Amino acid sequence: MSKRVICKEDVCIGCHLCEINCITAHSSYPHDIWKAFKLQKERPIARVLVEEKGETSFALSCRQCREPECVKSCLTGALRIDPVSGVVVLAQERCIGCWTCIVSCPYGAIRPSGGKRMVAAKCDLCQGIREVPACVAGCPNDALELADGREE
Amino acid sequence: MINHLIIGNSAAAIGGVEGIRRSDRENPITLIAEEPYPCYSRPLISYYLEGKVAENEMGYRGADFYAANRVEARLGVRAQRIDPDRQEVILETGEVLPYDRLLIATGSRPVTPPIKGIEKKGVFFFNKLDYARALRQYVSPGSRCAVIGGGLTGLKAAEALVHLGARVLVTDISSCLLSSILDPAGAEIVKRHLAGSGIGFQLGVPVVELAGDSRVEGLIFADGGSKAVDAVIVATGVRPNLEVVSDTGVDVGQGIIVDNQLQTNLPGIFAAGDVSEGWDIVLQQRRVIANLPNAYRQGETAGRNMAGEKVVYPGGVALNSVSFFGLAIATAGISNSEDAGVEAVRYLKEAEKIYRRLNFREGRLVGYICIGEISRVGILTALIKSRTPLADKRQGLLKGDFGLVDLPEEVRLSWRWERGELTWRF
Ligand SMILES: Cc1cc2nc3c(=O)[nH]c(=O)nc-3n(C[C@H](O)[C@H](O)[C@H](O)COP(=O)(O)OP(=O)(O)OC[C@H]3O[C@@H](n4cnc5c(N)ncnc54)[C@H](O)[C@@H]3O)c2cc1C
Ligand code: SF4
Ligand code: SF4
Repeated sequence: MSKRVICKEDVCIGCHLCEINCITAHSSYPHDIWKAFKLQKERPIARVLVEEKGETSFALSCRQCREPECVKSCLTGALRIDPVSGVVVLAQERCIGCWTCIVSCPYGAIRPSGGKRMVAAKCDLCQGIREVPACVAGCPNDALELADGREE
Repeated sequence: MINHLIIGNSAAAIGGVEGIRRSDRENPITLIAEEPYPCYSRPLISYYLEGKVAENEMGYRGADFYAANRVEARLGVRAQRIDPDRQEVILETGEVLPYDRLLIATGSRPVTPPIKGIEKKGVFFFNKLDYARALRQYVSPGSRCAVIGGGLTGLKAAEALVHLGARVLVTDISSCLLSSILDPAGAEIVKRHLAGSGIGFQLGVPVVELAGDSRVEGLIFADGGSKAVDAVIVATGVRPNLEVVSDTGVDVGQGIIVDNQLQTNLPGIFAAGDVSEGWDIVLQQRRVIANLPNAYRQGETAGRNMAGEKVVYPGGVALNSVSFFGLAIATAGISNSEDAGVEAVRYLKEAEKIYRRLNFREGRLVGYICIGEISRVGILTALIKSRTPLADKRQGLLKGDFGLVDLPEEVRLSWRWERGELTWRF
């Protein structure tokens, strides 16, 4: 059963720090914001996205769905549910950037990576990068939480 | 013991295996496939042709797929026919295989258009690895290639051939590219983009004959025009592979007719993928939906039901996502209809090759075309599938950077995305 990042909408103030921390965690300098933004040639995109309108703001990341539309739609088999962690993972080297996952994800939680070789990019819960996802660890308001299970 | 038998080895068949194995780890699965390869991703053949993906990188699943799922895969042999009374499938070799549950996932094959001389050497279809391989042998830099059919498959072939250094001409009866999914405004952007990438066009005039002795040397058009070529790729649509069910009593329309559990009219026989005629959520009628996401979902549902679960597939939707030379194109549902009752709202930035068209009917989104900006359009797909009432929240969805925040408040909250509950999603 996978965990996933959830956002308390009434707490999130839309400061975008989660995006900054996500970019850093997925750069070549996962523990150094300055280097990630100043030294990295191709800056990765944030896999968490802050949406705002008026007083409403929330940070949206992948739901790690149990019946993931993205996985079922992937043309190449690049996306799959990791059988051990339950996280929906993308093997970037197998991705051809056809965006079928993007037109299939109901949340808009998987997006083009940017950079020279455009592939899909999504939240991986910072697996293999750090223990607690960077967005959760760095939120100054505790709006983000690593929650258990999937209630789909 | 229950014998599961699957005919086919592509998206729908693999979905079938994974669907069965969700609850049934015990009973044997046998899979019969005409193509002699482990399951590969069919859309990858154009990437293979242009050399972007190697043959050993084309697997739709890993090399251990059959072993891990305890599937006996019979690759390189064709199923000849089904005998529903005896519950048997007869192979072309004469061998007879018994089944208790059968999944027909035989997919589709290219239509042969009425063009004289189409059997000549140098004429290829483009729906399987073998054709891509043969083309790689046949075509070299500088070759003059004509693609007959400006649909998705034809244009993917054209793109790959340009990357190989060929000189490529695309012809179509329609004056519109991708005419089954795009409207003239969208098609114009795509054409301009492809022309800028080196593809030539001859649109609106049918090819009636392929000139040359045994080997193709030219195209002859209905208006008397002609064009010298070295190779021709024919991609004028597909139709279901129905031979295995002829004279079996299995109900057939355009494809094999299935109910919402993917079962045919005969007990124990299921069908999924391009071969089936299943439910279209948007059109609210049965039809063949030939795309890979639908094939996998149908196959998976069929497999789960074969294993004894009772699950319903709410239906598919026409859904296409494709890029040509970096230009992303996504369409879904009723994308290009000019019917009364369908109200289109549009956003066009011609110079930037950005186009978005949303189609509404009775206050609900029923389809879209998105060119150039496709980030997060899955939200639109979900709005279509869930048939969410949108009242007058339309303009927000036209923006390239739209999001959940642009949905009506009550829709966004019923989405309950913060908990990941998908109450709206069937
Ligand atoms: C070049 C190309 C690009 C494409 N791009 C896209 C895309 O971008 N997005 C998308 O959604 N879809 C795309 N498609 C379509 C997609 O590939 C199909 O919708 C999908 O493969 C259908 O899967 P299927 O399992 O139903 O059938 P198929 O993939 O057609 O497979 C059927 C299999 O059954 C085998 N078979 C048939 N009859 C028998 C028999 N009697 N005995 C044994 N075996 C048999 C066939 O040899 C074949 O291997 C593309 C197709 C092509 C050719
Ligand atoms: S990318 Fe979208 S569909 Fe895939 S698991 Fe995440 S939320 Fe679900
Ligand atoms: S863009 Fe990549 S991950 Fe998404 S469907 Fe295509 S191949 Fe799969």
